[in-house]
Amino acid sequence: MAKHIAVLGDAESIKGFSAIGIDIYPCEGDEPSRILRNLADSEAYAIIYLTEEVYNQTEKERSRYSDRLTPAIVPVPGVKGNSNTGRKRLSSFVEKAVGSDIIFGNN
Amino acid sequence: MAIMNVNPTRMQLTRLKKQLRTAVRGHKMLKDKRDELMRQFLDLVRETKDLRERVEEKLMLCNDHFVNASAVMSKEALDASLMSPKQQVNIHTESRNVMSVDIPVFKASERTADSGDIFPYGFAFTSFELDDAISALGDVLPDLIKLAEYEKSCELMSAEIEKTRRRVNSLEHVMIPRYQDTIKYISMKLEENDRSSRTRLMKVKDMLLEKTYHYSERT
Repeated sequence: MAKHIAVLGDAESIKGFSAIGIDIYPCEGDEPSRILRNLADSEAYAIIYLTEEVYNQTEKERSRYSDRLTPAIVPVPGVKGNSNTGRKRLSSFVEKAVGSDIIFGNN
Repeated sequence: MAIMNVNPTRMQLTRLKKQLRTAVRGHKMLKDKRDELMRQFLDLVRETKDLRERVEEKLMLCNDHFVNASAVMSKEALDASLMSPKQQVNIHTESRNVMSVDIPVFKASERTADSGDIFPYGFAFTSFELDDAISALGDVLPDLIKLAEYEKSCELMSAEIEKTRRRVNSLEHVMIPRYQDTIKYISMKLEENDRSSRTRLMKVKDMLLEKTYHYSERT
């Protein structure tokens, strides 16, 4: 079945994505958790991008989908700049698998 | 020495020896699985790290373009020009099996045939900054999808590696030593029983001979 891509975050950061064929869900306050849950449970999306602010807000929701194949929930930097969330996420995977971070170890 | 709560019998001993053999074989296989998973995982993580750096850089560039565009155009005009998208990305999800971990493979297909045809507005009333932003976003899309695929794979593989590592460790440091100790305990117990029954028999034999031939009286 063909699935789509969604992106969640503040309107400023995500509105451009609609032009390239990604569904946008602007949200603020405590909305993101609810929207993320709805999107992920609807099974209509294979990939859900979150801006870094939203990503850091929705830890509880994300953990529910971490062992599923889809949706892949991925943080992307928003207009507010890059806070290295994606890097930290990768290094947490390495830490989980290896026991200590050997890829990003130098910083 | 941690031994299991078992009866020291020969039957139990054979059973335990069989279980030990299975455990050792399982341990070896799980260890191989862990090593191979780890190798693939580290390769994937390195690749993902490079990809993420590239994607983030490009996205920041897109954001810059957007900020410029929104500086030149009014918010309403900008929103209106992006309101009805032409393009729709469809993702076909398949799964690939790497050392018993299912990882996703995303295949993207777009609604319009021409991937350059993504501008959902007429060019007359919009700023060229917006065009830059949209075309830069269009360029980053394939990498963005690949990034999602890779990061999800990393996530799934790291969970599997952790599980496998725990299994390997528990086999290596708990199960196998316990089996070995129990086997040793049972075989020692059996030998001990053997010796005690042998000495008892010798004693009985001595007593019987004594009774028949009265050796002690003759000397």
